[in-house]
Amino acid sequence: MQSEMTTDRIMADEVSLSIDDTEVTVPAGTTVFLAAERVGIDIPHLCYEPDLGLPPSSSCRLCLVEVEGARTLVPSCSYAASAGIVVRTDTDEIREIRRMVIELLLSNHPHDCLTCEKSGDCDLQKYAYELGVKAPEYAGELIPPQPVQDGPAISYDRTKCILCGRCVEVCHNVEVTGAIDFQERGFDTHIGLPPGLPRDQSGCTECGNCIDVCPTGALSFVGAEGKGRTWELGRVATICPYCGVGCTIVLNTRDNRVVKVTGQPGLGINHGWLCVKGRFGFDFINHEGRLTGPLIRRDGELVPASWDEALDFVAEHLTQIKQEFGPDSIAALASAKCTNEENYIMQKFMRAVIGTNNVDHCARLCHASTVAGLAQAFGSGAMTNSIEDLDQATTIFVIGSNTTECHPIIGAAIKRAAQRGVPLIVADPRTIELTEYAAVHLRQRHGTDVALVNGLMNVILSEGLEDEQFIAERTEGFAEFRASVEPYTPELAERITGVAAEDIIRAARLYAQAPAAAIIYSMGITQHTTGTDNVLSLANLALLTGNLGKRGAGVNPLRGQNNVQGACDMGGLPNVFPGYQKVDDDEARAKFEVVWGSSLPASSGLTVVEMINAAAKGAVKALYVMGENPMLSDPHQSHVEEALKKLGLLIVQDIFLTETAQLADVVLPATSFAEKEGTFTNTERRVQRVRKALEPPGEARGDWQIICELARRMGSEMSYSGAAAIQDEIAFLTPSYKGITYDRLEQGSLQWPCPDRDHPGTPILHVGRFTRGLGKFHAVEFIPAQELPDDDYPFALSTGRILQHFHTGTMSRRSEVLGALVSVGVIEINPQDAERLGIADGQPVRVSSRRGEIEINAVVTDRVTPGTLFLAFHYREAPANRLTIAALDPVAKIPEFKVCAVKIEPVW
Amino acid sequence: MAETIAAQQAAAQAPSEADIEALLDELNVSSESNLISVLQDVQARFGYLPAPALEEISRRTKIRLSRVYGVVSFYAQFYTEPHGRHMIRCCRGTACYVRGGQRVIDAVKAELGVEEEQTTQDMMFTLQTVACLGACALGPLMVVDSTYHGNMDPRKALRVLQMYQEDSG
Repeated sequence: MQSEMTTDRIMADEVSLSIDDTEVTVPAGTTVFLAAERVGIDIPHLCYEPDLGLPPSSSCRLCLVEVEGARTLVPSCSYAASAGIVVRTDTDEIREIRRMVIELLLSNHPHDCLTCEKSGDCDLQKYAYELGVKAPEYAGELIPPQPVQDGPAISYDRTKCILCGRCVEVCHNVEVTGAIDFQERGFDTHIGLPPGLPRDQSGCTECGNCIDVCPTGALSFVGAEGKGRTWELGRVATICPYCGVGCTIVLNTRDNRVVKVTGQPGLGINHGWLCVKGRFGFDFINHEGRLTGPLIRRDGELVPASWDEALDFVAEHLTQIKQEFGPDSIAALASAKCTNEENYIMQKFMRAVIGTNNVDHCARLCHASTVAGLAQAFGSGAMTNSIEDLDQATTIFVIGSNTTECHPIIGAAIKRAAQRGVPLIVADPRTIELTEYAAVHLRQRHGTDVALVNGLMNVILSEGLEDEQFIAERTEGFAEFRASVEPYTPELAERITGVAAEDIIRAARLYAQAPAAAIIYSMGITQHTTGTDNVLSLANLALLTGNLGKRGAGVNPLRGQNNVQGACDMGGLPNVFPGYQKVDDDEARAKFEVVWGSSLPASSGLTVVEMINAAAKGAVKALYVMGENPMLSDPHQSHVEEALKKLGLLIVQDIFLTETAQLADVVLPATSFAEKEGTFTNTERRVQRVRKALEPPGEARGDWQIICELARRMGSEMSYSGAAAIQDEIAFLTPSYKGITYDRLEQGSLQWPCPDRDHPGTPILHVGRFTRGLGKFHAVEFIPAQELPDDDYPFALSTGRILQHFHTGTMSRRSEVLGALVSVGVIEINPQDAERLGIADGQPVRVSSRRGEIEINAVVTDRVTPGTLFLAFHYREAPANRLTIAALDPVAKIPEFKVCAVKIEPVW
Repeated sequence: MAETIAAQQAAAQAPSEADIEALLDELNVSSESNLISVLQDVQARFGYLPAPALEEISRRTKIRLSRVYGVVSFYAQFYTEPHGRHMIRCCRGTACYVRGGQRVIDAVKAELGVEEEQTTQDMMFTLQTVACLGACALGPLMVVDSTYHGNMDPRKALRVLQMYQEDSG
């Protein structure tokens, strides 16, 4: 052994050492702890947890090891391995010391393992057992028992706290919230919020990551108390059903119920960290309101029916409507909440069985302009880089994304970058959490993004900060583009946007001079009548500075739903088959016709808002809605309701009787993400496995099984042995998914394009070459929002999301914890406006637009600028979309959710 | 009743937001500042560390409020409640104890009507006991503010207190 380890065979930056008589070679700087781990030696440890990726604090003294020749025992978690040292990890002396550490900890620790929630999963218990510590050796004063529960979810029991500091480390340096810290000293030391501050005012986001890292039962989730201990719980790793980040979550189940959701340190793109929704938003799965059997409307009432009755009813009516009015009188909404396989089957059903391209979904309402804009500029309408890339960015430009609330795990990554000193530019009309970390906050007026970005590019060009080589070699359309931004001097941009010229200049320099600058954007960019223009502007900015095709850079749209990327990829859009193969491309269509065994329509179908309009006019007679809730999610609610009521047949397939389902003729009960196998594709094009953890409630069935059964009853055989078989068909037909199989996904996720079975996936798009060949500049002129404030409706209303809730609230508002954290909606108004109108903080107000009105409580805050209001769209009792305008982007057909004119008045 | 009076006095004594802003401007508090020095300077001005001042220090230094409180609660020198104009620290260390230190402490408590860590109703004195003052040869020892009073007995201790009361009177 020794002879093989000659120094000349070892890389210069590697060292070789002996641990418990085993030779190990590791990169220089590796700690003894990690070196030991490599050869399978698990050194006991309490304060350190390598999977957390946090620096060791070396405070627990449990991982002490003996290094020959060293003066004392050394903590292995922080002691760097050096060449030739001889380490022993398990001598009698070391065991004695470890035993004493445990005895001392147990001398001030309740011995209630019999009823402790953590029993079986407790590191202190584990080491006490391993070291044979029975009764505590050192009787002494005990901390009086005083568990503190100061919120709906998290409980802290100081008596069980060993003060390892993991939770503090996570709170300050992973979540970057810093809500808790060590308080007081000596015997009184404990972990706490600033004294007297309630948790909800402490900055605590209730992410609960502190619970996962706690080695004992000190921090716990109160909702899981008494519902089962570690050895009684089933554990299934799957993908979170909320936003598009695609975090891996672990469902802990017992008796076909989810007891709790945990993260697994190091696992998934989130490395085990979760946000408040992912961790506590799971009550909907086992909610008593779940649909358990089909319903058919009879005499105006939805009444229970058998599957045979319901499916026959739908098949007969669809067949009849198709025969009478033609296939284009039928439309469907696929679902950004459902799996790739289910979306694939839905669009296949509509195209091959019904014979229409009238299939769309809520991506239309969030990132249609991204898909359109980025495809025009680069040839691919998806996030160019990866989430992990943010670690490499030297400047981050966040525009129109309230990342810490809407994509919290990415938001935390941005905060960590800022904490490391990476300059952050935030462009947002509102003050958001990220603006606290920003080097520059550009507070543009609503809907002036094109002018702002043109202003930035004007500065870059006039100061010669553009990447000439990149422009020359990799792009086209530069001359025309250059001419188009010339008028947008910082001064003109200031007049349009309200952002000081000097801030525009500073931001332009910060962005352009960075070796790798990442653009992060979201619905603040896309949900405008100029959404596609906004996206093109950002594409221009990245092209101009060569920030594409390399690590840490890119144009990165953050997708809103867990599988909105996948639903688009699967062709849940009216103009494309899976993999964005155009329906009007004869070659593509021929391929699908052969495989699907049916002739397919060549003309694009209707988009979401067009479907509603067509239904209102009577052109669309039947609408099949899978897992969407247009009654709350679509703009101009009264119009949506009128249209849905006019339909001859409304089929809603969902897990709850949503506001839309309440209007349906047939309701089909589907399974939730926890009850099915499949895949979701996250915002960074990463295809990940969704795994079944529970049996469906009652007679609920999987979405693709329901659709296949319908197809069969309509005379078209669609039959699959399971989700994996559907993926095989997807791979066969979709070049970008070609190399993706369930077998490969078991080994780990894959980012598309993945063109063959041996391809490792593509973390960064457009390396060396754009998907469309050259990157294309577009000349984009500023156009104001469709409906601007005027004398009658003097405020600009913007809508969006908050951290604790999600979309139409179907899932999040059924969570006990999330409901307790935020139970009612509010509208944000600036103090100046509030004072002028006599509106007090917390007071009910009436907000009205040309389309409707709502009543809601006001929050007076300078998060919004004078003349503007902000309202989340989660609340059925105060639906934001009763106010919004259905004005559409001419290219992407996305509605302008971000600006409409309203008035606001106090309600007495 | 006693609490109400103390609370009223505390309210009367609490510096305004403007006072706090002015002091922190004067001290040039920023993310470059040394937290402990800032806390000492603020306490020197206000006699204690009012919650709004800690919040403003946290904002300006960009040190989390939880950490600011962590530091404040770690050190015995910092107070988050108003205390008396004069701080009495009596030694309960071994050397003082054997020379009758406990009797001195008992006498002070009886005279002022307070327990350890409490403040008199007139906000004149706060009583603390400490483990050692590092001047055992002078024991029993009582320090008022920064003045050392050595070789105390109950009678002498009361005379010292009276001196401070008269000075203030």
